[in-house]
Amino acid sequence: MPRTVIQESRTERLEILDMEGRLDEALAPALSDDQLVTLYRLMVRMRKFDEKALNLQRQGRIGTYGSIKGQEACQAGLVPALTRHDWLVPSFREHGVLISSGIPMHLVYALWKGDERSNLFPEGIRCLPPSIPVGSQLLHAAGLGMGLAKKGDPGVAVGFGGDGATSEGDFHEALNFAGVFSARTLFFIQNNQWAISVPLKRQTASETIAQKAHAYGFPGIQVDGNDVLAVTSASQEALAHVRAGRGPYLIECLTYRMENHTTADDQSRYRTPEEVAYWASRDPIDRMRKFLSGRGLWGEELEKSWALEVSTEVDREVELLETMPAAPATDILDYMYGERPWFLEEQRRLLQEEAES
Amino acid sequence: MTAATETATEAAEARPQTQKLTLAQAVNRALFEEMGRDETILVMGEDVGIDGGVFRVTEGLLDAYGPERVIDTPLAESGIVGTAIGLALAGFRPVAELQFMGFLYPAMNQLCAHAARYRNRSRGRYHLPMVVRMPYCGGIRPPEHHSESYEALLVNTPGLKVVIPSTPYDAKGLLVSAIRDEDPVVFLEPKKIYRAFREDVPTGPYEVPIGKARVVVEGRDLTLIAYGAMVRVAMEAEQALARDGVSVEVLDLRTVSPVDVEAIVLSVEKTGRAVVVHEAPRNAGFGAEIVALINERALLSLLAPVQRVTGFDAVFPYPMLEHHYLPTKERVVKAARRALDF
Repeated sequence: MPRTVIQESRTERLEILDMEGRLDEALAPALSDDQLVTLYRLMVRMRKFDEKALNLQRQGRIGTYGSIKGQEACQAGLVPALTRHDWLVPSFREHGVLISSGIPMHLVYALWKGDERSNLFPEGIRCLPPSIPVGSQLLHAAGLGMGLAKKGDPGVAVGFGGDGATSEGDFHEALNFAGVFSARTLFFIQNNQWAISVPLKRQTASETIAQKAHAYGFPGIQVDGNDVLAVTSASQEALAHVRAGRGPYLIECLTYRMENHTTADDQSRYRTPEEVAYWASRDPIDRMRKFLSGRGLWGEELEKSWALEVSTEVDREVELLETMPAAPATDILDYMYGERPWFLEEQRRLLQEEAES
Repeated sequence: MTAATETATEAAEARPQTQKLTLAQAVNRALFEEMGRDETILVMGEDVGIDGGVFRVTEGLLDAYGPERVIDTPLAESGIVGTAIGLALAGFRPVAELQFMGFLYPAMNQLCAHAARYRNRSRGRYHLPMVVRMPYCGGIRPPEHHSESYEALLVNTPGLKVVIPSTPYDAKGLLVSAIRDEDPVVFLEPKKIYRAFREDVPTGPYEVPIGKARVVVEGRDLTLIAYGAMVRVAMEAEQALARDGVSVEVLDLRTVSPVDVEAIVLSVEKTGRAVVVHEAPRNAGFGAEIVALINERALLSLLAPVQRVTGFDAVFPYPMLEHHYLPTKERVVKAARRALDF
């Protein structure tokens, strides 16, 4: 008997703005001028937030910090497509998403200063605390998406991960569960091509991460992660798919980590200045500025006034960060259980005596 | 009143208030009744639906509550616990089953690095009312990885509660408490005694509190401290010693985290001697914690060093040798003699 083809899949890549900020009109998402400008403003705000964090770290005012520089288009492109019903299930490099979703900057700075209270986000924001074990949070996004589907909840669970996360077993299990149970989950993968020192080609022999979704029975698309309009368009399409009850979706944003992995890292050990310079020339913010300027929607004056507005906000947030009263020592053990067991009662008394002496 | 309703009333009155149930059936009743009471409760795991679980513990649940609430999952332990976390965050009360405790390791990251930590990490904003059930312990002659007792790993993980029933009555009441608990509870079912005996179990819900031990037999000369399947071994030893005129108290811990330290201290202060019995390996096992607690709180009541009867610090053997591994009545009696003759 002849062999027959029983499965074929095709993976698309979406680019809308080219390096010079020229738009592909046919693919452009339907956004008003204000919405276009908002995307740019979000990115600049993220960059300023990030630059301040790096400064604070250098001055010893916060601890080790993981920069989002270079990934602003991924994060700014997604947020406007979300609603207050959607759940964010972040990893540790989603500060741009967090500060664009109503979480004040000082809380995100506080995370990197080492304060658990940073995870107590304002009421009504459906965002889980950032998860450190790489990829593990994707299962929570799958489970949440299963639960949202069961409840008929309008929300979508957005699980974040990077290229490194896709090598973890939990990535496989999360996509598998989500596919089997038609979960209301969007897997949002920022492929910044480096997991500390290990390049993408050591994470996978696949041509793309997007194509992996197809093996789990749902769509995946790769977008130019430095093109905020491509990310917006793909996010809108993916979220509409999930909201319609058609099952999960995966977006791979191909981008670049322009900074060290964290401030404790030295990227010169494993990548060339040429490579870093090449990606710097593909800066997502420059590209969108060129586009907006070309349209007459942005210029020197607006740039200056927005920069001032953001730096005022950043300064105010740093002030809030640095005037947070110290947490009591007993916070260490007061949130372990709903009701404190006898051994924590005893240990709490010891801790309190120590704190008072 | 029509004849039909009269008959129905009579039938209801005639229905016994208790049923003779095995431990496996008692677990099943707890799940069945709690699911009827609270529709946010989900049962999930491998083979829990149409198959009713490999030990038939979830039998009948799928028919009663349907596939949206009794969920046959893909074969993936991390996935089961990880998605249970997500479901709990979405407002459900999942009761996840791992098929054997020997397959706990792949789920350890989700259980210990996430389930146990969400309340703390979110400073109380999120908590996880979820149960992870699994059969544990040896004695049923299965292949490798089906006989393990890893309770010490879990007791050493802050944020979890760990419950181990030894009787049908306790299994039902403790599982009801676990399901109603607002924090993650690991529920270890001694599979060797799933069907070893029946006892009267009340119909309808009742709670056996988590963290409270039970004095199985009162005694004056020595305390045997056990839990799960080892309570039966402790009872056999108690009877053997009683024939020789030794009055033994048997304490069934029922919960290993948080352990009922008061009950332990109270008993040891009375008897002055103690033997801890568990089948998990000895090194840094839960018995060591019991010994430490007794030393800290009741040292001067002791008439002899606290003895331990445990599994060996070796891999749980394949079936041909498992009877050499498991603690026996004889080993417990011998340990008790060491304490009595000290």
